Amino acid sequence: MTSTVEGSGPTAPTGPVSVRLRGIGKRFPGVIANDDIDIDVHRGTIHAIVGENGAGKSTLMKILYGVQPPDSGTIEIDGEQVRLGSPADAIRHGVGMVFQHFMLADNLTVLENVVLGAEKLHGIGGAARAEIARISAAYGLDIHPDTLVEDLGVGARQRVEILKVLYRGARIVILDEPTAVLVPQEVEELFANLQGLKREGLSVIFISHKLDEVLSVADEITVIRRGTTVRTVSPSEVTARQLAELMVGSELPSPSTETSTVTDHVLLSVRDLTLPAPAASGQGRPLLDSVSLDIHRGEVLGIAGVEGNGQAELVESIMGMRPAATGAVTLDGQDIGAMSVRRRREAGIGYVPEDRHRHGLLLDAPLWENRILGHQTRSPSVKGPLIDRSGARADTQRIIEQYDVRTPGADVLARALSGGNQQKLIVGREMSGDPVLLIAAHPTRGVDVGAQAAIWDHIKAARREGLAVLLISADLDELIGLSDRIEVILRGRLVGTFDPAHVTPEQLGSAMTGAGDTASSGRPAEGEETA
Amino acid sequence: MTPRMTKLLLGLSAPVLALVAAFAITSLVLLIAGDPVGGVWGEILSVPEGRNIANIVNSASVLYLSGIAVAIGFRMNLFNIGVDGQYRVAAFTAAVVAGEAWLPGYLNTVLAIVCAMAVGALWAGIAGVLRATRGVSEVISTIMLNFIATSLVAFLLRKAAVREEGSNNIGTKEVPEGSRIPGISIGDGPGQEIYGFVIVAILVGVLYWFLLGSTRFGFDLRATGRSTTAAVASGISVTKMVVAAMLLSGAVAGLVGMPLLFGESYTYGSTFQSGLGFAGIAIALLGRNHPIGVAIGALLFAFLNEQSNPLQILVGVSPDIVAITQGVIVLTVVVSYELVRRYGVRLEQQSVARALESERKREEVTA
Repeated sequence: MTSTVEGSGPTAPTGPVSVRLRGIGKRFPGVIANDDIDIDVHRGTIHAIVGENGAGKSTLMKILYGVQPPDSGTIEIDGEQVRLGSPADAIRHGVGMVFQHFMLADNLTVLENVVLGAEKLHGIGGAARAEIARISAAYGLDIHPDTLVEDLGVGARQRVEILKVLYRGARIVILDEPTAVLVPQEVEELFANLQGLKREGLSVIFISHKLDEVLSVADEITVIRRGTTVRTVSPSEVTARQLAELMVGSELPSPSTETSTVTDHVLLSVRDLTLPAPAASGQGRPLLDSVSLDIHRGEVLGIAGVEGNGQAELVESIMGMRPAATGAVTLDGQDIGAMSVRRRREAGIGYVPEDRHRHGLLLDAPLWENRILGHQTRSPSVKGPLIDRSGARADTQRIIEQYDVRTPGADVLARALSGGNQQKLIVGREMSGDPVLLIAAHPTRGVDVGAQAAIWDHIKAARREGLAVLLISADLDELIGLSDRIEVILRGRLVGTFDPAHVTPEQLGSAMTGAGDTASSGRPAEGEETA
Repeated sequence: MTPRMTKLLLGLSAPVLALVAAFAITSLVLLIAGDPVGGVWGEILSVPEGRNIANIVNSASVLYLSGIAVAIGFRMNLFNIGVDGQYRVAAFTAAVVAGEAWLPGYLNTVLAIVCAMAVGALWAGIAGVLRATRGVSEVISTIMLNFIATSLVAFLLRKAAVREEGSNNIGTKEVPEGSRIPGISIGDGPGQEIYGFVIVAILVGVLYWFLLGSTRFGFDLRATGRSTTAAVASGISVTKMVVAAMLLSGAVAGLVGMPLLFGESYTYGSTFQSGLGFAGIAIALLGRNHPIGVAIGALLFAFLNEQSNPLQILVGVSPDIVAITQGVIVLTVVVSYELVRRYGVRLEQQSVARALESERKREEVTA
């Protein structure tokens, strides 16, 4: 694909190329993960690789880090063609990788973590300590070799991971979704550190799907779609929306809803929901601090917030999965506060969990058994105390057809489906049994665009049918597009109500981080609506 | 090939692979020790006589119950290593109750068996409650309970026991004639009788199959075993399931000693067969927790045990060689199941991808 390289045209940095990938291809049984990938990473630059989940970014990085060999194509590092058979090979050629999930031992010090597996470089004593201090100072990482890792915050742990890679002599640092775990301030710090690496002549490969971040930090951006490079662009010549359209390859579907269906009939009422922090955490601040909210029939209430501010706890408390939660939860006039998860589900709550692999599916069970999950006490999956196989199978077939789950049949294991199809199955299942409330936590996370549009349609349909919908999402466009009302959650408290018709992602963003006046003035929505 | 056939073939290939590997490794051990490989296998793999068949079936029924007891825990990701302790405590209790003969005839038998199941369940339940309420690993607690069981039974045996005439062995009072379970004859020679309790063992297998596969309770149990987090989100009370599964596993473990008590020894004494609980772990692994798989595993272990008996006399090799085979089977079975499972997942993903691909092509043609 020569057009790819041309795309990097006029504004491309002109420094020497430190990594050159040509025609990289990788097939897995039944899937093409990478196909004809061409990328040039210039020395002393930050090169972002963006693409949807499943576009092939991770596979590409595993190839570059020697975890998997490519089926075709060549890798050149500093002008020399190399074969990377293992991560050790990659390190030897100066390629280091910082994974999304940190690989640190909590009960060891920074020094011990860094030298682990690299004892031959500088020993394990004074020389190693000096080297760590030198790297830390040179790149402004602010890491002290003798701190225990368990005492470090997430941002510092990430810097330890970067230090580990540098200690091993990496000149090319790959960061896989580094900002996914960070709060905005930490993201700023990380970007400052990356500028430091760049100044010292290192090359940084930055994988992300957060387009605003990519635009602010990268010198060059390569877009990957369906396993192949679409274009390489300079951040100055594209907007986030154009970049997104390059990623999905078409006009973006819009999540916007139709006319309001909100009624004044309250379906879910939550009063003073409080969840104390677990005693073991040694943290004083409660995970949820007297949260009160109402959702009406036909209304979608969106919850916006930076990840880890209590969204998951809110959902799990309403579901009854957090026995320590106090406060009143009323569903359509019925007090469900003391009920078990099962009885709450029976009372009419459908639940699309945040992590479908952990909470939504039995991966090694066939689809029809997954249809029963969460509906063990209700027809058509059971008859009295017995499982109704044929009933469950037939109803799974109905979900497969109505919700367009792409599968050869109901006997396939859930694991064999793609993320989007797994999610469509879950949505279909949770909409069965006539729920009155649908809780959807990050319903379109990690699904392809087609499935995303379908899931949006299902949420809109649920709203039309008079369900109350509690929507949690990190995707602000999704929240603004689907919600009738948006509440912002910050440190376990609802800090502001917004009308999606009049709010911009920027306003939401500043409320989510506690910037601006939202925290002090409490509920700015009223003021905004009159304005 | 239909998907069902593929599934069946895959399911069978794993144990076959494991057995072949185990036999190969055992042969290697024999070769290194300089023992006659051919002679040993010739003897072990010879066709058993009627008397031996009865022994194999009898011993298999005991192993089967033990295997099912372990399998119940396995289906929920609980490792009940304590079947050994549970069946001893249970068998001792049943022997005392039956020996006292408070009720006449078979009522006495039924009472004793119910007591055995209750005591077994209780003993396992301790580990279940500890796990559910305090998060104590059931592996640790059941191992410890095994030791306590052994000592407790030895201690109580002294109090309850009567000395057998002309022997140093002590045991509980004998089960009265009318409460014993008669054997079923499978031939006319001497010793060609199998325990009547074999029927109960088969019944337990059928119940296990039905409970796990067809009931809501069984679904909850399997779901919890596959993913605790998904189980919680679906409304299953995991703590309740842990206790229930341990109680159930312990109740079946309580039955392990019953064929011996009511069909052969009629008393619980210092010579009562031990180690049955650990064999159950191996058999449950080998049989993949499937009621028929466990039956085949139990028969295989019983077969190896029985056929190895004359090795010392006939070819001068210790019968303990089959313990090596059995041990190696457990290792190879774990490896080969994982290999076959991965292969199966790959096959399935391919078939899903193929099916979707052809669907897409059709759509493109029609579009």
